[in-house]
Amino acid sequence: MSQLAFLSGNEAVAEAVRLCRPKVVAAYPITPQTVVVEALAGMVESGRLESEFVHVESEHSALALVMGAAATGVRTFTATSSQGLLYMAECLYYASGGRFPLVMMNANRALALPWNIYGDQSDSLALISAGWIQAYAETAQESLDMIIQAYAVAEDPAVRTPVLVNLDGFVLTHTYEAVSLPEPSEVDDFLPPPVFPDDYPGTFDLARPQSLAITAGPGDYAVFKARQHWAMCQAAKHIRTTAHAFRAAFGRGCTGLVEGYRSEDAEFILITLGSTAGTVRVVIDELRASGQSVGLIRLRYLRPFPTDELNDALFGAERTVAVRALGVLEKDISFGHQGSVALEVKAALYDRGAGVPVRNFVAGLGGQDVSRAHLADCFTELAATLDTAARVASGVRFVGLKDLVDDHDQEPA
Amino acid sequence: MITIKNLPEPEYFVGHKACGGCGGSLVVRWTLKVLGERCIAVIPAGCMSAVGFIYPQMALGVNAMIAPFAATGAVLSGVARGLKARGIEDVTVVGFAGDGATADIGLQALSGAFDRRERMLYICYDNEAYMNTGIQKSGATPFGARTTTSPGGYRPETDAPKKDLIRIAAAHGIPYAATASVGYANDFLKKVQKAAQVEGPSFLHVFAPCPTGWGCDADSTVRLGKSVVDTGLWPLVEWENGAVRLNRNPARFAPLETYTGEQARFRRLTAADLADLEATRDRQWRALRAWVRESAGM
Ligand SMILES: Cc1ncc(C[n+]2csc(CCOP(=O)(O)OP(=O)(O)O)c2C)c(N)n1
Ligand code: SF4
Repeated sequence: MSQLAFLSGNEAVAEAVRLCRPKVVAAYPITPQTVVVEALAGMVESGRLESEFVHVESEHSALALVMGAAATGVRTFTATSSQGLLYMAECLYYASGGRFPLVMMNANRALALPWNIYGDQSDSLALISAGWIQAYAETAQESLDMIIQAYAVAEDPAVRTPVLVNLDGFVLTHTYEAVSLPEPSEVDDFLPPPVFPDDYPGTFDLARPQSLAITAGPGDYAVFKARQHWAMCQAAKHIRTTAHAFRAAFGRGCTGLVEGYRSEDAEFILITLGSTAGTVRVVIDELRASGQSVGLIRLRYLRPFPTDELNDALFGAERTVAVRALGVLEKDISFGHQGSVALEVKAALYDRGAGVPVRNFVAGLGGQDVSRAHLADCFTELAATLDTAARVASGVRFVGLKDLVDDHDQEPA
Repeated sequence: MITIKNLPEPEYFVGHKACGGCGGSLVVRWTLKVLGERCIAVIPAGCMSAVGFIYPQMALGVNAMIAPFAATGAVLSGVARGLKARGIEDVTVVGFAGDGATADIGLQALSGAFDRRERMLYICYDNEAYMNTGIQKSGATPFGARTTTSPGGYRPETDAPKKDLIRIAAAHGIPYAATASVGYANDFLKKVQKAAQVEGPSFLHVFAPCPTGWGCDADSTVRLGKSVVDTGLWPLVEWENGAVRLNRNPARFAPLETYTGEQARFRRLTAADLADLEATRDRQWRALRAWVRESAGM
């Protein structure tokens, strides 16, 4: 039977990794991910996890190393954050192009300059096109569950696409909650064995030598890339079936790539991702109590992007009230344009969401607090967009900036 | 003992697109004949990966993969650890990396792999420049050599010659490291055999002429591989369990022109340059002999 443990997000990830029994673990320390690396090193030392733990000299080496290990047909793990994720950038594309079924945890953290160790989502969003499935956890429980499911999805022979599981730095990585911890045997039953079968595609074969991570010219390259894209699109289906199987086995967990909260009858909806969703829920309950028609949609996966699920949630038959305005709340800004998630959402809504204003709220950069008052303001502003839709729909609102500087509204007209 | 005369028949590097006379391709081909089929080769970006893995025509007859340019040591480590985790012990893990991939961008990953004592054989085929990108200067380009980024002939800031990879390897205290040259095939083959049997990391730094980048004839590869040793510009050295040995310790060297004269890249060398080169070489040999004595506790 599973047991309850009091764990931080990082510790929940380490426990999940232990339960998944990777054969090779390589990682390089960076705040706020270090706890994961330390915990895994301790588990290997104490024998709780039987694995090769490799002390690497950089994040670039960490990811390159687990690729080499995966090529021999074994399950692996690595974790990073921020500067480390960007330092790996070349290897991220390499791993997805090589179709290595890797799982990596990323502690979402701001990018220098200025140096800042606190949470925001600029790091993983900068690499959204790198060919990795991108998952965003809200709670420590979901972090643990997502890691276990990530291996099932990544290693599915029809998917063979690496998975990046993101946890908001500090807010999730360092916050404790009661987490239901499965028994090792339960996870063994859920996942395939950590040593892949001999005929697993894309691995070395001592009987029939293979060349991996190859070169392809202009014609063939395009075919490889189209296949990679199709496999990623297909992955959405596998993420759902895996989540259903997980729910059946463990009795919990969301089964979609998006999750709604009081959204079906809401006129004003905030779309967000990661741990901020928790605060948004609280604010929604408060505003609902005073009669406001507000709701939340949480994006659990950004790749593959859940275009249909999102559109169904916003405009589908299940709705009882039409959406009047949307806000996208994210801890990221694509300088000179808008937040990356807002751009993603707007692209996804282009066909079915015409006429609904979408406002971009950029919040929590570099660990800036996102308070209930800030979120209530967001909903107030959403309602206001109905009057001034043309101007505000395209703009970016930096949430909470007016608490800090006078010229918070300096966006050129 | 394997020699060039009794090298095993099977070919494991065929149908590749290397230029005629490519020294690097000889290093790969000969090494794999010594190691046989039960090996996994890791080759970073560079000429050998560019000519050997062009879909759908794979030139390697053993398991192989291309590594990111900077990551040969890390990918080798991953392969070695994966095999270890699976309990597979009779497979050799071998890297073939250019001088740029080794002395420059990949030095960090190589150092890490050495330090962790990974079970791997790392071979640097040294053609003394970034060849795959069109002959740019690397950390292994010698004094006076013309490259596309040292068009007038490379003039180092110091009088030290190219990065001393064998000492860098030895400084990590690995069990076995050696230099070799495609011009002295038997010496090279013997070292491959030895290096493959070592527990833990071993390192070979192999002189591998590049006719395309050096401006020499395609049939000069082996000849240059000999004359570079005979002129004293490429000492044949073995580092084994803390002791250095000179495999050749000539009392006199052949004239430098017998080596430099065959290559367009050295065409700008003046008599004064050659005298400088000779002085550097002699200083290097004194240091090398001192290292041999010191390592022997003399
Ligand atoms: C990170 C990165 N930087 C640059 C390159 C471009 N590049 C590919 S091969 C190469 C030169 C390789 O030189 P070397 O390692 O000496 O091998 P050679 O080509 O001479 O065999 C360079 C610069 C790359 N592939 N990756
Ligand atoms: S350019 Fe030089 S190293 Fe590259 S394949 Fe040709 S001969 Fe070999």
